[in-house]
Amino acid sequence: MPDLGVILKLLFMVVVVMAALLPVITWVERKQSAVMQDRIGANRADIMGIRVLGLLHPLADVLKLFGKEDVVPLGANRFMHLLAPVIALIPGIITLAVVPFAGVYDFGGGPASMVAADVDWGMLYVFAVGSIATYGTVIAGWSSNSNWGLLGSLRGSAQMISYEVTMGLSLVGLFMCFNSLKLQEIAQAQDTTFRVFGFLEALGFVHALPRWLSFVKLPMWGILLQPLGFILFLTCIMAENKRPPFDVPEGESEIIAGYHMEYSGMRFGLFYTAEFLEVPVIGMIVATLFLGGWTIPWLSTHQIIGGLTGVLGVGAATGLCLILHVLSFFLKVIIMIWLQMQIRWTLPRFRYDQVMDLCWKIMLPLSLANVFVTGLVILAIQRLYR
Amino acid sequence: MSTGAVLFYVFAGMTILASLGMVLNVRNTVASAMSLVVAMISLGAIYVLLDAYLVAAIQIMVYAGAIVVLFLFVVMLLNLRTDVFPVARSRLPKLLGIAASGWGLFVFLRLLRGTLPAISPAPEGFGGFRELGRALFTRYVLPFEATSFLLLAAIVGAVILAKRRID
Repeated sequence: MPDLGVILKLLFMVVVVMAALLPVITWVERKQSAVMQDRIGANRADIMGIRVLGLLHPLADVLKLFGKEDVVPLGANRFMHLLAPVIALIPGIITLAVVPFAGVYDFGGGPASMVAADVDWGMLYVFAVGSIATYGTVIAGWSSNSNWGLLGSLRGSAQMISYEVTMGLSLVGLFMCFNSLKLQEIAQAQDTTFRVFGFLEALGFVHALPRWLSFVKLPMWGILLQPLGFILFLTCIMAENKRPPFDVPEGESEIIAGYHMEYSGMRFGLFYTAEFLEVPVIGMIVATLFLGGWTIPWLSTHQIIGGLTGVLGVGAATGLCLILHVLSFFLKVIIMIWLQMQIRWTLPRFRYDQVMDLCWKIMLPLSLANVFVTGLVILAIQRLYR
Repeated sequence: MSTGAVLFYVFAGMTILASLGMVLNVRNTVASAMSLVVAMISLGAIYVLLDAYLVAAIQIMVYAGAIVVLFLFVVMLLNLRTDVFPVARSRLPKLLGIAASGWGLFVFLRLLRGTLPAISPAPEGFGGFRELGRALFTRYVLPFEATSFLLLAAIVGAVILAKRRID
């Protein structure tokens, strides 16, 4: 049976995301749109006149959505119609199981990895779960007995399947660099620095170069090793989430609200929640793969614990390091959420054929080229340092 | 019973129920395809219980996540939802099906009576992507490359067929 630690770690992630990040993100979304459109933004919801910057709006949203009538349209497949929002919500939540929110620590009872399911095939799990997400969209549109809904779900399924292919390929280069599919191992591999001009030494330029060049160090983050992979992966995973500029399955001006057009009340709220839930989940995965996860740049775990042990003792130093890493991780997640909000409110919606062309004609060849070039560079480095 | 055994029976039961749901549900094609998805996912769970992680992930990614979505795509485009499939004229498929399942049952019952051979424990790293990748790119590299050519031919064929209809 799963032990208490696993349940606690999973609970921590789910509570942080569902209770802390999710309501704030709906607020951020509104404020961001207000900034982009030169408005003041949500600030009217109040309890006894207390408004706290409009932070009470998520509460008002939920109350309103629960108060609405839950309509199942005539001729709809009732069972599937009621099931679809739940299917849409599940993948985002269960992805949290493999995301490491801090490193591996030894509190005296052997190494403890701060991730609920520390599996070797972590990224494969993320891909598998992500591929199931298509069904929420497909079933919602089909079961509503509505042509707009059906069009939306056809668009949605085609878009999500297409971007899944590129999403997988865009990460192959990263897996080659870090030689692992395990999210915790990928994060740990980024817990170090590399000398930017180190390759010049290997080429035999040692004496011709100023000495300070060999002290120029950068954190070994995925984004620095795989810049193209980062752009491709972020684009793909945002397209998977179906938020603007990739919201063609919803496309208000063409197909009204697409696949969730016939949903009302909290069932619509569940689709809305699913989309918003995926924003921090995307942030977590991108942060873990490309931004070093829980690591602190230029300060490895050994340095932190080693430096603090003299002052605090081993136990407290490890605990403080854990807290620092958790804070570092969520700071990166928040930066990624901010970036997604910027993109969402800056770019207008692409046309459907543009979305498909972007995937198959631009990003797929680029991701294949990325794999090829990464392979060449890794081979060259192995030759140089042998 | 260990946790693994309990989970095995749960997922095996789910697989059987979902497969039956897929075959018997002729009235509603989409519901039938969704049963197939449930069967695929519970099969994936059984692979996980067998330590075949890569196969499990691929089972869910490719079969449940892509192929059945394409089935659904076609079903929804053809709008088969209210159609009742016509009763097959020929009896041959039914007879063949009964014969095949009878043979399967016969083999199963014979296996049940005899004693099963002892199974050696799985080697280190069994079922992981590393072992599988190593095997694919060294020992089985020829079949692997041959399969990729087959897929390339299929892609080219699909493009040509689709293009002809547009021109």
